[in-house]
Amino acid sequence: MTNAVPLSYYLGISGLLFALGILGVLIRRNPLIIFMSIELMLNGANLAFLAFSNAFHVLTGQIFVFFVMTVAAAEVAVGLALIVVIFRTKHNIDVDVLNSLKG
Amino acid sequence: MNLSLLLFFVLAAVAVLSAIGLLVSRSALYAALFLVLNFGAVAVYYLVLGAPFIAMAQITVYAGAIMVLFLFVIMLLGAETLPPGRALPWQRPLAIGLSIVLIAEAALLLVQRLKITAILAAPGVEVNTVASLVDLGKALFQSYLLPFEVTSVLLLVAMVGVIVLAKREKGEVGS
Amino acid sequence: MNLSAMFLTLVPLVVFLPVAGLLVNLVFGGRLGEKAVGAIASTASGLAFVVSVLLAYAVWIGNGVTVVVPFADWIQIGALNVPWAFRVDTLSVTMMLVVSGVGTLIHVYAIGYMHEDVRYKNDLGRYRRFFVYLNLFIALMMVLVSGDSYLMLFVGWEGVGLCSYLLIGFWFEKDTLGRASLANAQAAKKAMIANRIGDFGFLLASFTMFWAFKSLTFDTVFAQSAQVAPGVVLAITLFLLIGVTGKSAQLPLYVWLPDAMAGPTPVSALIHAATMVTAGVYLVARSAPLYSVVPAAQTTVALVGGVTALFAATIAVGQYDIKKVLAYSTISQLGFMVAAVGMGAYVAGMFHLVTHAFFKALLFLSAGSVILGMERGHHHLAHGEPGGEGEAAFDPNDMRNMGGLRKQMPATFWVYLAGTLALAGIVPWAGFWSKDEILAEALQRFPAVFWLLTAAAFFTAFYMGRQIWMVFFGEPRHAAAGHAEESPKVILVPLIILAVLATLGGAFNLPVPGVNFLTDWLGHTIAGVEAGSFNFLVAGLSTVLALLAIALSWFLYGRKPLEAGEKDPLQRLLGPVFTIFERKYWVDEAYAAVLINRYVDLARFLAEVIDARFWHDWFHDTVIAGTYQWLSRTVLSQGLDVHGIDAFFNGLGELTKRASAGLRRVQNGFVRSYALAVLAGIVIIIGYLILK
Repeated sequence: MTNAVPLSYYLGISGLLFALGILGVLIRRNPLIIFMSIELMLNGANLAFLAFSNAFHVLTGQIFVFFVMTVAAAEVAVGLALIVVIFRTKHNIDVDVLNSLKG
Repeated sequence: MNLSLLLFFVLAAVAVLSAIGLLVSRSALYAALFLVLNFGAVAVYYLVLGAPFIAMAQITVYAGAIMVLFLFVIMLLGAETLPPGRALPWQRPLAIGLSIVLIAEAALLLVQRLKITAILAAPGVEVNTVASLVDLGKALFQSYLLPFEVTSVLLLVAMVGVIVLAKREKGEVGS
Repeated sequence: MNLSAMFLTLVPLVVFLPVAGLLVNLVFGGRLGEKAVGAIASTASGLAFVVSVLLAYAVWIGNGVTVVVPFADWIQIGALNVPWAFRVDTLSVTMMLVVSGVGTLIHVYAIGYMHEDVRYKNDLGRYRRFFVYLNLFIALMMVLVSGDSYLMLFVGWEGVGLCSYLLIGFWFEKDTLGRASLANAQAAKKAMIANRIGDFGFLLASFTMFWAFKSLTFDTVFAQSAQVAPGVVLAITLFLLIGVTGKSAQLPLYVWLPDAMAGPTPVSALIHAATMVTAGVYLVARSAPLYSVVPAAQTTVALVGGVTALFAATIAVGQYDIKKVLAYSTISQLGFMVAAVGMGAYVAGMFHLVTHAFFKALLFLSAGSVILGMERGHHHLAHGEPGGEGEAAFDPNDMRNMGGLRKQMPATFWVYLAGTLALAGIVPWAGFWSKDEILAEALQRFPAVFWLLTAAAFFTAFYMGRQIWMVFFGEPRHAAAGHAEESPKVILVPLIILAVLATLGGAFNLPVPGVNFLTDWLGHTIAGVEAGSFNFLVAGLSTVLALLAIALSWFLYGRKPLEAGEKDPLQRLLGPVFTIFERKYWVDEAYAAVLINRYVDLARFLAEVIDARFWHDWFHDTVIAGTYQWLSRTVLSQGLDVHGIDAFFNGLGELTKRASAGLRRVQNGFVRSYALAVLAGIVIIIGYLILK
């Protein structure tokens, strides 16, 4: 069947996911949920990449998404390790409590 | 209204609703599960867009590995729910407002400047064949060899870093 | 002629020989010893006498010529031209002879006297200083008498005033017995100030003279004396009279002379009897052309002299200090001289000046000898008996402590007697001739003054007789008098010379034409001099009065000599009148109350109220310093600096602080808000790109 969804729809959904990811980063206090929101943002970006790749009939987008996923994996690993270490010292992962670097 | 459009909107609804679910759920566990659902919907999107390998990679890497890691840490830290906080009350409305403005701007740019009018063509069978996968592999190991190798080094560094970070000092009391 | 011309050129030496003497003593005196110092000083004075004799000879050869010997240019300002020139004429030469002659005798006397003075204590520096001052005095007195202008005379006038101050206050820190006291310094101050008042009169006269005559030189002034308005000349002469009353101790400025007896006796003899105090008489004699133009001035001068003569003579009657009696006697005799020259009897006045120099110097020096004898006696007493009387209670000058000294000090007695007879005016001693001439002239010219002077002569004879009986006759009233000793030769020889001069001095001007040498001599210089004739009436009256006075004094003091501690018989007789005499009419006290203390009050007012309270406390401290401090503290420091500049810069700092405090709150430590800021930035940038 022919795909008759206009590209702009895909970009719209991608943008929406991205925006929701941003909102999650800004609103939530649990760093794990903030991280998950970041993953959501990356997903939105991946979706946009693939939509363009499909629209212009090139593989570049797919390769990009590949690398994004790899990097996202590495980043999540390191970030979670950091959260664990912070939890060990502070015994609290509420981002609002970690505010001692204030002026 | 044809099938692909319907599929699109159904998937969009799932994705957006699960994203909203991620945002509002009090428990981090529920948020993680919502995110898994979101990844699933997005993986179907990838399939529709003619990137089967990427779709599979999404399921296995994101939903399988990354989210499981998330769940491990959630369980480890006992961080299901946090007590409600009182700081920065003005952040929520401001963030919502700014996000809406951002989307509006993006939309404005898309419509007025870029004038996207191309209609996505159906991927066709060619896309789902091994040949496209072969092409992907070729491109990966020929044109994009350096980034490929660098990412492997990146993964190695990430691993080492994680181990170093999470290592306990001698005599330190465990949490 | 050449010889006399050469002698005339020597005239500067009369001033410079004593100056040389004082310089030699000043520089080398410390190394040469006592005798040498005295010898140098006496030689300098003696050589000045020799030069004076040569000058006299030159003038005599020149038949009384007046010679002006120019020496140096001094003042030449516009119309005022005053050179330093020496005037050699009969009048100035007479004065020079008297000053240097009597002066030299007194120098010799002082060698012994100062050595024996109880205050001396072998201080060679002090001894040398005395002779330096004496030589300085001779030099300046010579400047006075040899000057050719009123200004040169004034230089000498002031100079001898200075020497008088220095010599009266010679023992400035000790009293007669050597105890610490400022009495001598105060007496010197009194002399200086009284003289200064007189000098002020002299200065006024000089100014008026310059204004009227355009010159101060004698010749120029005298030549024009008849052409200027008499009122101006009257003013000049009366101003000069003020100077005369100061220097020659007349009423009202005589008060310094009795106090000046605090100085050593040679000083009293030289300065306050023979020479300095006669400067006023010399001045009037020299200014004869001015005085003869204004009879009113002459009358005034004569009256001043006459009244002073009687006034002082009465005070002398009541004095107990041997030198005070002689001091008031000097004032009285100066009154005679001033009256004489005031009346126009210039020769009589100068004659009395010369004879008075002889016998008054003699009397003072002999009194000095008496005092030394008393001190010697006391010295023996204090050292002979272990429990001897303390020095504190003993006054060697007090006649009440003396008595019967003619047995202890015979030579002194005889010379003193010669002086007394001369002063009392007993023929043929010198005083008779000179005093008689004055009285004769007075009877002719100014009878009122004649009676004043005659009365004064009576008192003179009386108090001198009193003095002789009290000092030399009777029994010693104090143990010191009983042990008194005669003075050494160096003291007695000048006394004997002076006694001879006092006895024979009348020969200078016997009132017989042909032998009235002084009249002829001075007639060459002073215009209008007439030879006086011998007036038997006057001579007889004065002799009778003198003998009467001496008899009265014998009756009171000689017949029944005074016992120790007994009151003066005149006191018993006259009671309060004697007290008036004794207390000198309370003139010093009156001056102190009316003038001096008022002046001190004024000075204190000026110092404390005007200077301290007004100027210093109010004006300087409150107004000037206060304003300045107000300006600097309130206006500038507080107002401008603190509130203005400081406030501005502090305000800047405060502004920065507040701004940063405000901005600091952006760093609230919440990661979420940082992320929100990033989002806001992105939105703004994209919005800007859209709108561009």
